[in-house]
Amino acid sequence: MEATAQATATLERTLAEKPSKRKKSIEKGKPGEKERPIEKEKRVFMTGNEAVAWAALAADADIMYGYPITPQNEIMHYWTRLAPRYGKRFLQTEDEISAGFTTCGGVLSGKRAFTATAGPGNILMQESMSMAEMLRLPTVLVVQQRGGPSTARVIIWQKETILTCYGGNGEGFRIVYSTSSHQDLFDYTIKAFNTAWKYRFPTFVLGDGYQAKMRESLYIYDPAERGIEMEKTYPFLGQEGMPGVDRDPAHLRNTYNTEEELLAVISDYAAEYNRIAPELIEYDAVDTDDAELVLLAHGVVARAALAAVRTLRSQGVKAGYFRPITIRPFPAEQLRQIARSAREFVVAESAQGQLLKLVQEAIYGETIPIDPYLMPGQGITAEELVEYVREKINGQRKFH
Amino acid sequence: MAVVPNMPKVWRAETKPHKFCPGCGHGLVLKALGEAIDELGIQERVVFGCDIGCSLLSWDFFNADTVQTHHGRTTPVMAGVKRARPDRICIAYMGDGGGYAIGSQHLVNAASRNEKITVLLANNCNYAMTGGQMAPTTLPEMKTETTPYGRNVEETGYPTQGPEMVAAITGEGAYTARGTVANLRQLKKYIKRALQNQMDGRGFSFVEALSGCPTNWSTNAKDTWKFLEEMMPRFFIVGEIKVPKDLVATKTKG
Repeated sequence: MEATAQATATLERTLAEKPSKRKKSIEKGKPGEKERPIEKEKRVFMTGNEAVAWAALAADADIMYGYPITPQNEIMHYWTRLAPRYGKRFLQTEDEISAGFTTCGGVLSGKRAFTATAGPGNILMQESMSMAEMLRLPTVLVVQQRGGPSTARVIIWQKETILTCYGGNGEGFRIVYSTSSHQDLFDYTIKAFNTAWKYRFPTFVLGDGYQAKMRESLYIYDPAERGIEMEKTYPFLGQEGMPGVDRDPAHLRNTYNTEEELLAVISDYAAEYNRIAPELIEYDAVDTDDAELVLLAHGVVARAALAAVRTLRSQGVKAGYFRPITIRPFPAEQLRQIARSAREFVVAESAQGQLLKLVQEAIYGETIPIDPYLMPGQGITAEELVEYVREKINGQRKFH
Repeated sequence: MAVVPNMPKVWRAETKPHKFCPGCGHGLVLKALGEAIDELGIQERVVFGCDIGCSLLSWDFFNADTVQTHHGRTTPVMAGVKRARPDRICIAYMGDGGGYAIGSQHLVNAASRNEKITVLLANNCNYAMTGGQMAPTTLPEMKTETTPYGRNVEETGYPTQGPEMVAAITGEGAYTARGTVANLRQLKKYIKRALQNQMDGRGFSFVEALSGCPTNWSTNAKDTWKFLEEMMPRFFIVGEIKVPKDLVATKTKG
């Protein structure tokens, strides 16, 4: 009885204290005061979600719209704790459909707006992301893949690879950075805002549940400190001046009267996308010059692939490593060159052949054999890749 | 001498005549909205969002910044704009299908959050752009393409009471009303009050406008007006449903 009374008293005290406490903690940095969230570069040990929230702050993002889903929740948790101190905003919406569309609204207003989701939420966000694609809106979406449908496993599944690149009623006019490490999550979240606003295509940062939830070391920094200038933002709606008098009104639409009218728009988008693709493409290649066998992977799986290649090299195996960082646009020409010198590719992924499809499309016409190592919904370790390759070499498995 | 009707200043002459069917109510609702915008002097601050369905045909209707969104998604887009730019006057324009069916979760939650936006919804008792199917607002026994023998309320329920629902779930400061294109002065008054409520930052504001659809109702002019003036008000009571006290105290006549 006494314990209950005590608990009640504590709760009442907390409730009574809360408003002033909340005000005090927000006022630590007053809205709009603009002290930089990260003054000096520092080494930190944090989760991937935390890294994303800090990156968005460092990138001077204005507003986040979000809906809870594991494994991205802590992006919102850190944002809602940190953002008000720097005059930044947050809206929790009723679902991911709304989170995506409110993000479009924020971007239409000229704000560096972003959202984050995973798995089933990524499905629901494809509708708004196809609006962003077709209106050329510079949205930023962080996807911590978990797959689905429903709960599935919530930790890893590179099942959203194709969905994130080509989902919705779009033609894939998007930029997708597939991150491997927490440093990547931080670096590419900042970069995503600049890519989106420079090129006006929706930009995605792809991670997964492992990256979201585990802690590791990384450097966080103010982009300005590294000479990174944030792209200027501007409103698509609500510009200055009287519409129809000082300027034409903005009339943004996804409705067309004729096939020719629509074709002209899409052709224009395609030409622009193809023009900028070479500037955007990023990849990582290690020991591919003289490699006979090249391990291909993206995202967190690429870490296992790189470690496996290092081990195999130390054992005298001529192995190489290739990782697309932009999986859309895909580093096709770079991979094609390697396909002409190597003897075999092994594609490793935690999905049933999604990277595989991207690779096959990228090097269409080359004759190099591709051996898929597919583990849908399961993590892949360096040790198992080393063992897999050694078994191939020893003839225990078929070497093409 | 030909009589030229007065059109609102905010109308974009280059895009007239508008794209709606002859006898459609949308033009009248938008005229009332245009006059309200003129009278409040907010043209420069308006951000107009239109939905899918016939309402999308208003994407180039006004000399106002406009975005045509997806079916049901205009409410969250306008909420997103308002959250990012609170100085704008955000108007989400949609039909009954967009607001009460496919976008109902957005309407419910935007209203619950008391988003400082104005939702203007044209209710014509059917999905018109797609050829006249049953909508949440279709009257009992009314024939549509998907209720060819008349709407059976046992199977499909009664017409959605939109403004009443919004009034029930909103907090203080929200404004809700139902007007009709059969009474344009009154409709304009409601729209003005709804916009004023947003300008004052008081809360969510919602106006449903009863609107005619002779194309899908298969009615001539006389029967269209009969349906609008006699049938629809039996199920949809015209009038203000929720009016914040200080809005009435300070604001607008006529």
